[in-house]
Amino acid sequence: MALVVLVAALWLGAAIGETSIPFGVVAKTVANRLWDAGYPLEPIDEGIVWSYRLSRAVVAACCGAALALSGVVLQSLLRNPLADPYILGISAGASTGAVSVAILGLGAGIMTLPMGAFFGALIAFALVSLLAVKAGRGTAAIILAGVAGSQLFNALTSFIVTKAATAEQARGIMFWLLGNLSGVRWPDAWLAIPAALAGLLVCLWHARSLDAFTFGAESAASLGISVRRTYLALVGISAMMTAVMVSIVGSIGFVGLVIPHAARMLVGIRHSVLLPVAALIGAVFMILADILSRVLIPGQVLPIGVITALVGAPAFAFVLGQRRGRG
Amino acid sequence: MTLSASNISWSVGAASIVDDVSLEVREGEFLGLIGPNGSGKTSLMALLSGIRKPRSGEVILDGVPIGRMGRREVARHLALVEQQAETADRITARQAVELGRTPYLGPLSPWSANDDAVVEATLENVDMAHLAGRLWHTLSGGERQRLHIGRALAQKPKILLLDEPTNHLDIGHQIGLLDLVRRQGLTVVAALHDLNHAAMFCDRIAVMQAGRLVAVGRPFEVLTAERIRDVFGVEAAIEIDIEGGCHIRFQAQSGRGGRSVSMGDGTGKRFSRS
Repeated sequence: MALVVLVAALWLGAAIGETSIPFGVVAKTVANRLWDAGYPLEPIDEGIVWSYRLSRAVVAACCGAALALSGVVLQSLLRNPLADPYILGISAGASTGAVSVAILGLGAGIMTLPMGAFFGALIAFALVSLLAVKAGRGTAAIILAGVAGSQLFNALTSFIVTKAATAEQARGIMFWLLGNLSGVRWPDAWLAIPAALAGLLVCLWHARSLDAFTFGAESAASLGISVRRTYLALVGISAMMTAVMVSIVGSIGFVGLVIPHAARMLVGIRHSVLLPVAALIGAVFMILADILSRVLIPGQVLPIGVITALVGAPAFAFVLGQRRGRG
Repeated sequence: MTLSASNISWSVGAASIVDDVSLEVREGEFLGLIGPNGSGKTSLMALLSGIRKPRSGEVILDGVPIGRMGRREVARHLALVEQQAETADRITARQAVELGRTPYLGPLSPWSANDDAVVEATLENVDMAHLAGRLWHTLSGGERQRLHIGRALAQKPKILLLDEPTNHLDIGHQIGLLDLVRRQGLTVVAALHDLNHAAMFCDRIAVMQAGRLVAVGRPFEVLTAERIRDVFGVEAAIEIDIEGGCHIRFQAQSGRGGRSVSMGDGTGKRFSRS
């Protein structure tokens, strides 16, 4: 069932675009590529579907799933409904890394922009973790450290952009910061797929531990959970997933924040069900958002982050209202 | 199953919270832990349950230092009910109790019929079966606390640690809850605020003052007028009935802000200065 929905979404993602391509052609392309079926097709159509749209849809799906998973995990662990994957300073660090490479020319020639973003994300996460450990126990420490880290790296990014960037570069960076799937090809997918799958497996492995955090970390400890080990594994995998996704597509907001709430409203709080459902909704939502971003303004691609925020912010307001209603 | 602490200490920065406490919990007894706010009761409970490691000293569960046992292993023998654990999740009463099975379930061992049976029996036991499907946030304080006890009981522990389990409950629910706990026939260590409840339900009482354990013993041995004055700063009259039960009547005193008040005992000690 879940697989059917996912495949249908991918199919849509490959068929819809500036030039619509019939569903049949999409199916035949996939058959050609995967099983050497040998259907006669227009090379241009086949090229668009396979090299451009399908890879893009697959990356969108992985990215949505990974962000949603990270969101579920962080909200459950930190007992904070506002936690999202970027709370660990990852997106801020990634953008600093990206501008360092793109504008300052750091690691010239060897470092690509995604690599810069990835390392920036990891550095920021390391710094935030260090700060959180220094700040002492409790989930508030992580959130505060994340806020401080994000502010610092955002300031660095702005500093670099204002000081060194040309107008053209600044626009490019802005576009990247808001999330951009335009440059995505298959090599990116081969990075995104294992990251998302590994994340899903690690999270599912810890599903019961996450359940045990319902009444907080102390209560989880008294239920026999090694709190520290669980934190390390789950925060670590969330950071890894998010860093990979951010380095491929930029920081796409609201997915990691809103999808977990939506999934919880649909299937409840049991993580063994919640995690896969959130991943699926995240994947499908992201594919649809990508389609919208391509067709909403004819002849122009909107940053996908704009779509996710436009849908996500009202959805989040709705969720908040629901929470209040049962306060 | 025995639980004991030998010379355990715990501090935050320079402030000593639990200071060189040794305590032996006897099998099957109901041990009350009393002391004023900030005397280290909650910290001592956390240390005894092993979720916090002492700076020095050792907590020993059934002959093994608790720090050397795995968390899951500990959780199958000993359950802790913390003070006011709350959640904003949309969790049902039954699901809250189901959490108690966590120490018996692994990533690859599925929920079993036995787990269902334990949860159902526990819900009956804590008298929440009729509310099993209700959402957490729709339940009263007393019902939530019974579910916390239920969650702990679903762990099938030998030892139950309760940190001020009757806080914020009305008197009926306070007595009902302590009665429920005593009926389980488990070894219980409970931090309690109400001295009369401690006297009523406990086999022995341990008194904490400024992080130190200042007395342990039968209620009538421990709850003396001198000690209550010394530890809590209130005047009290103690009555011991023929069965060894002991009743404490507190006396109001001006300027001291005594906690609970009975209208004097005819000795004329109650006066007001204005």
